[in-house]
Amino acid sequence: MSSLRNTTTAPKKARALRSSATAQPLTFQILGRRVGKVAVSTFLAVMAVGVLYPLFWMFSSAMKSNSEIFATPWALPTNPNFESYAKAWESGVVSYFGNSLIVTIISLFLTLVLGAAASFALTKLDLPLAKTVTFLLLGGLMVSPTMILVPLFQLLQTLDLYNTHAGLIILYVAYRLPFTVFLIRAYMLTIPNELTEAARIDGANTVQLFLRIVLPLSKPVLVSAGLVFVLFAWNEFPFALVFINDTALKTLPVGLLDFKSALQTDWPVLFAGLSIAAVPMMVAFILAQRHFIRGLAEGMGK
Amino acid sequence: MKQRSRAIAALWAAPAILLILFFLYYPLLQNLRLSFFQWSVFFPTEEFVGFKHYIKAFNDPIFWTAVGNNLAYAAVSLIVQVGFGLILATLLDRFVKGKLQSFFRSVYFLPATISVTVTGVLFAFVYHPGAGILNSALSFLGLDDLQRVWLGDPQTAIWAVIAMSQWQWTGYVAALLLVAIQRIPVSLYEAAALDGAGPIREFFTVTVPLTRDMVTIMSIVTISNAFLVFNEIVAMTNGGPNNATQVLGTIIYQNAFANDNMGYASAIATLVLVITVIIGVVQLAYANRKRVSL
Repeated sequence: MSSLRNTTTAPKKARALRSSATAQPLTFQILGRRVGKVAVSTFLAVMAVGVLYPLFWMFSSAMKSNSEIFATPWALPTNPNFESYAKAWESGVVSYFGNSLIVTIISLFLTLVLGAAASFALTKLDLPLAKTVTFLLLGGLMVSPTMILVPLFQLLQTLDLYNTHAGLIILYVAYRLPFTVFLIRAYMLTIPNELTEAARIDGANTVQLFLRIVLPLSKPVLVSAGLVFVLFAWNEFPFALVFINDTALKTLPVGLLDFKSALQTDWPVLFAGLSIAAVPMMVAFILAQRHFIRGLAEGMGK
Repeated sequence: MKQRSRAIAALWAAPAILLILFFLYYPLLQNLRLSFFQWSVFFPTEEFVGFKHYIKAFNDPIFWTAVGNNLAYAAVSLIVQVGFGLILATLLDRFVKGKLQSFFRSVYFLPATISVTVTGVLFAFVYHPGAGILNSALSFLGLDDLQRVWLGDPQTAIWAVIAMSQWQWTGYVAALLLVAIQRIPVSLYEAAALDGAGPIREFFTVTVPLTRDMVTIMSIVTISNAFLVFNEIVAMTNGGPNNATQVLGTIIYQNAFANDNMGYASAIATLVLVITVIIGVVQLAYANRKRVSL
């Protein structure tokens, strides 16, 4: 991404060239630009501190004692320790964490498989009513969880899927398929049809075409789409709140609210619980930020 | 042969299409139907009541509080996340390069990776009257007069929640706008510089028109999301104090699953759908009129 822009110094040179006719304004301009650059960099750094501080406060408060949090909220922990993290993990967070993991992984797998298959049919096969299907997918992007909570409540009860991980997984897959197909389809359109036609002439059947040609070539978009999906599933709230009732089945975003009301005033343990829930996605993002941002930008920008 | 290949194609797409039809479109239609009926989990017999729930909503002061709060959410988010986000992305593009640029971008984006439950509960502590860092920071700066029970005061509660969302999402929007800015050919900036345009004119004559597509899409997403806020309110105030922070999402949830007033919840949900569709159509029509192509 940044390699595209290594010529950004060109306009400055152009500007400098023009100004060199009159020597004095040039020095002022350079000085002005330097001051501007320092001011902007300082501003960006202050913003960064403002963004990070609440998160730092969350992680560090979890290493303090309750009285320390109240007496000296800004101070670093005097006796930093991970006891509250251990306590949070043992008193419920482990179960929420496990549930989030199960729901996220299974729904991720299903979404990518079904999304890639549908995109394959839309771009490389002779799908009847392909326009209508694309329109259905686009319309699906307009639907949001709060609009359909009531009828889904009826539907899941009828199907015996209320209060089950299976029900939640199906909802996550269905809800995110429009966006996922949108993303993968756009990418598969860029795979030349000559490739798939050549494979057909060589005698490949549809399954081989999908598994040997289209899927391997689509790896970058599958990574992006997968990461964007994981970000959604790990943090999803309204479906998990309404359709899971047993504490033993709850995922992190909903379980943490129970955790909060159960703990009442044990702040360090609550901060530790929040931190544990936040860490996996923060780490995933730091490791794969390019894919995250590309996935989100492509999905919305096309 | 042709028929066979079409049947095979349909099989590949069928699972995704069926799931979407069954779990998104069918509930959408069912919700519309249910909004004209009186029913509850305890008395599941449906009784047709026409527009009763809609009339009730329009006469319910809490409904209007919620609409006002959603509008405030939309206005602030549009100004801060899209407006200021575009400035932030431009500064990142023009003033910092390479590793430093991606460092800042990642830092600003980071809150968007965290569950709203986590950020909501965290900010409930930031705003805590006794031990929260906001009030103690104000006290440190000698601004004790500005201290508030931020989430407990009906005057400030919704603004405190909205402020948390800006903290969480501005960097996310800025990062996506940065992608659009980086697609602008460098030659256009060069041309602007040759014409003697300063950074501010450059922003309005090059950056703004050429990122219009992405800005439009981010505006639609931001405004629609403002009408769908839910997690933030549940984690921070649950609609209180005294219903001051109710939004359409919490009204739907509380009527459906706390007050067992399913038909009313469906009516509000239908209104949310209508609002979302209108926002999308208006914005897209407006953007198409002003499109700048390369």
